[in-house]
Amino acid sequence: MVKNIIDWIDARIPMTATYNRHVGQYATPKNFNFWYFFGSLALLVLVNQLLTGIWLTMNYVPTAEGAFASVEYIMRDVEYGWLLRYMHSTGASAFFFVIYLHMFRGLIYGSYQKPRELLWLFGMLIFLVLMAEAFMGYLLPWGQMSYWGAQVIISLFGAIPVIGDDLTLWIRGDYVISGATLNRFFALHVIALPLVLVVLVFLHLIALHEVGSNNPDGVEIKKNKDENGWPVDGIPFHPYYTVKDIMGVAGFLIVFCYVLFFMPEGGGYFLEKPNFEAANPMKTPVHIAPVWYFTPFYAILRAIPDKLLGVIGMGLSIAVLFILPWLDRCKVKSIRYRSMIHKINIAQFSVSFIILGYLGVVPATPELTIAARIFTFTYFGFFVALWVYSKNEKTKEVPTRVTH
Amino acid sequence: MSNAPVDTGRRRFLTAATAVVGGAGAVAVAVPFIKSWNPSAKAKAAGAPVEVNISKVEPGQLIRVEWRGKPVWVVRRTEAVLENLKSLDGQLRDPASEEMQQPEYAANPVRSIKPEFFIAVGICTHLGCSPTYLPDSFGEQVEGVTSGFFCPCHGSKFDMAGRVFQGVPAPLNLVIPPHQYVDDATVLIGEDSGAA
Amino acid sequence: MKKLLIALVTLLPSLAMAASGHNVHLESANVDLHDKASLERGLGLFQQYCSGCHSTQYQRYERVATDIGISTDDMRSKYILNDAKIGDLMENAIPTADAAKWFGAAPPDLTLVARVRGEDWVYSYLKGFYADETRPFGVNNTVFPLVGMPHVLQDLQGLAVKQEDGTFVTTGGKLTPEEYDQAVRDITGFLVYSAEPVQLERKALGVWVLGFLFIFFIIAYLLKKEYWKDVH
Repeated sequence: MVKNIIDWIDARIPMTATYNRHVGQYATPKNFNFWYFFGSLALLVLVNQLLTGIWLTMNYVPTAEGAFASVEYIMRDVEYGWLLRYMHSTGASAFFFVIYLHMFRGLIYGSYQKPRELLWLFGMLIFLVLMAEAFMGYLLPWGQMSYWGAQVIISLFGAIPVIGDDLTLWIRGDYVISGATLNRFFALHVIALPLVLVVLVFLHLIALHEVGSNNPDGVEIKKNKDENGWPVDGIPFHPYYTVKDIMGVAGFLIVFCYVLFFMPEGGGYFLEKPNFEAANPMKTPVHIAPVWYFTPFYAILRAIPDKLLGVIGMGLSIAVLFILPWLDRCKVKSIRYRSMIHKINIAQFSVSFIILGYLGVVPATPELTIAARIFTFTYFGFFVALWVYSKNEKTKEVPTRVTH
Repeated sequence: MSNAPVDTGRRRFLTAATAVVGGAGAVAVAVPFIKSWNPSAKAKAAGAPVEVNISKVEPGQLIRVEWRGKPVWVVRRTEAVLENLKSLDGQLRDPASEEMQQPEYAANPVRSIKPEFFIAVGICTHLGCSPTYLPDSFGEQVEGVTSGFFCPCHGSKFDMAGRVFQGVPAPLNLVIPPHQYVDDATVLIGEDSGAA
Repeated sequence: MKKLLIALVTLLPSLAMAASGHNVHLESANVDLHDKASLERGLGLFQQYCSGCHSTQYQRYERVATDIGISTDDMRSKYILNDAKIGDLMENAIPTADAAKWFGAAPPDLTLVARVRGEDWVYSYLKGFYADETRPFGVNNTVFPLVGMPHVLQDLQGLAVKQEDGTFVTTGGKLTPEEYDQAVRDITGFLVYSAEPVQLERKALGVWVLGFLFIFFIIAYLLKKEYWKDVH
């Protein structure tokens, strides 16, 4: 019976073939480690955001008059509305947490290198759209941080010569951030950008399954196939990585739910305190900081003592990640077989990124601004140094088989 | 891949255990999503019982009050109307109110607590229109009956106890909402005395 | 590499020191949300002394009554001071425009104040009024300098007067200092409750969810281990 139904479908669309290609018979390197959980976790968080987001729109009111009260309405009057809202707000932070670790994995194991450049580019586009998605979503609760955060970020466009002022006016649709801005951000946040995200995630996965997964050794498992054409270091994604990812999901959910149920404000970093006060265009909060996942880039913006250059610097700090596959001229992928200088460079880059993130949270003082400049320099230094030393890098010998 | 023997029993057991526990988790996750569709505290507050002062209702008069967004009628019936109700049984679908369209205490020939006051949800049981009260001209619809309710949408007819006539689309008598008399002049619609 | 790390480790605390701009000392409120009697007293004090100007307009009387364990009748007779119905939002008594005229700024809604400022701030603020002739209402506040409202709890606390050595001497209150601290703690507790009425339920549910996830994790771990016996 079931077989008949499957045959009937398979005669019309390639269901079984697609399943085998992407899950059942997808050859996955058998030496994945801890770092390889974050791809599937990102997908999980995306689904969480889509579902809770759809449910939140059922009670959210996208007007300047009603937005703030409607969030409190969800938190108090709607049955389990608080849970849906916290799932969404905690999910936003979790999304970036997972994505940053996922990107770091790509960085240390050279997953951006040939032939995975396009895979990396799709990933970077996802990251970029996700930042836009998060930024617009943050305006929706219409709290003080929503309002003034959006004010600051939109004003960045004002730094662009000639068209800057007209551009900011166009983005806001008003002389200040207003209900008009809220409405368009709402539309983009709940419809346009999620569609783009889903399409990009689809392309990201297609690109991944076309070239095959990289692994902690940076060895191409397709180069070693047995007589049936199956990579000797590969195992089918199902059941081996489905069961492993289920375990990863369970572990992740423990951390996620701990935050959700016991510290949904995330110490004031996931839900910022001033955002529990309704937006007031007449009064800026004493200290405004973006949400934590934007702060490394925000710190770079603040570190540069010129409006236009600051915006350019911040833009470059993201843009430079796009060209990473072409900056790294080394043929060896994994950090395991690369030079000491590369290891140090990645370490200093990670440290710089984290410290910049910290500096973006705290109010700027003269000492901290100097620190921010130093770490902005080392952040960009990573890419310059990589380009220089990777040409003739002293690498270790890469094994022909993965180590497991 | 190895050739070591596989303990299929254990494997099957663990797969089933993961599926069952994971499935239970998925069901639990669905709960908040489903429950969030229940009426919110705001809707419940708006749908709270309504107090109506009935001391100024004239005989034969109908007043409408809103309860949970629906029209609720309070009609003061005259002696003549009450007398007339007794003679209609043969023309009605459910003269003895056997269908559960009313609370226990209104399951009587006049379908009310006090015969004088008829209280009903003014929504036709056919497709949800609100019937028109015809205090004098109902005779055009049913011969020999002066007053009643006539639904303009599909022509359903109800007598002065909200009982549906035969031969019309509406299947059931009009709904009597839970209600109670706080005192002689006040009726509370939406809550019966058992719930207080 | 190591030197860099050491430098960073020594740098971080000084960065953190520079970052924290708190120079006002806040007293610990020690609110206990399980103490429903305290929350009810807090509600009573709030309704009596604060609700004339400050609304808590995002919550409903009925929900507060249910959560704090007050009967509907008690809520109606003791704590609803206007003609509001039990299911209504706890909205303001005086129109915002009038209030803005009298006080220079509209008194803010206080439903979420404990989340915006923190419970210790609320507690310290309510204890922080002192006599200051230069202010329109004759009082100032230690944690909220140039405060724009009068000391409405003055008949309870009395008036604190700043001495030359910087300490405060308080006289003329109906309550002893200990009783006043408790009264202020009650109000703070009520506001902490108001800011997030679901927090006790949230934590209680969280325990179950985490318990379930631990069990699920163990099963999933065993399943993974079982399957991965194949992989060498």
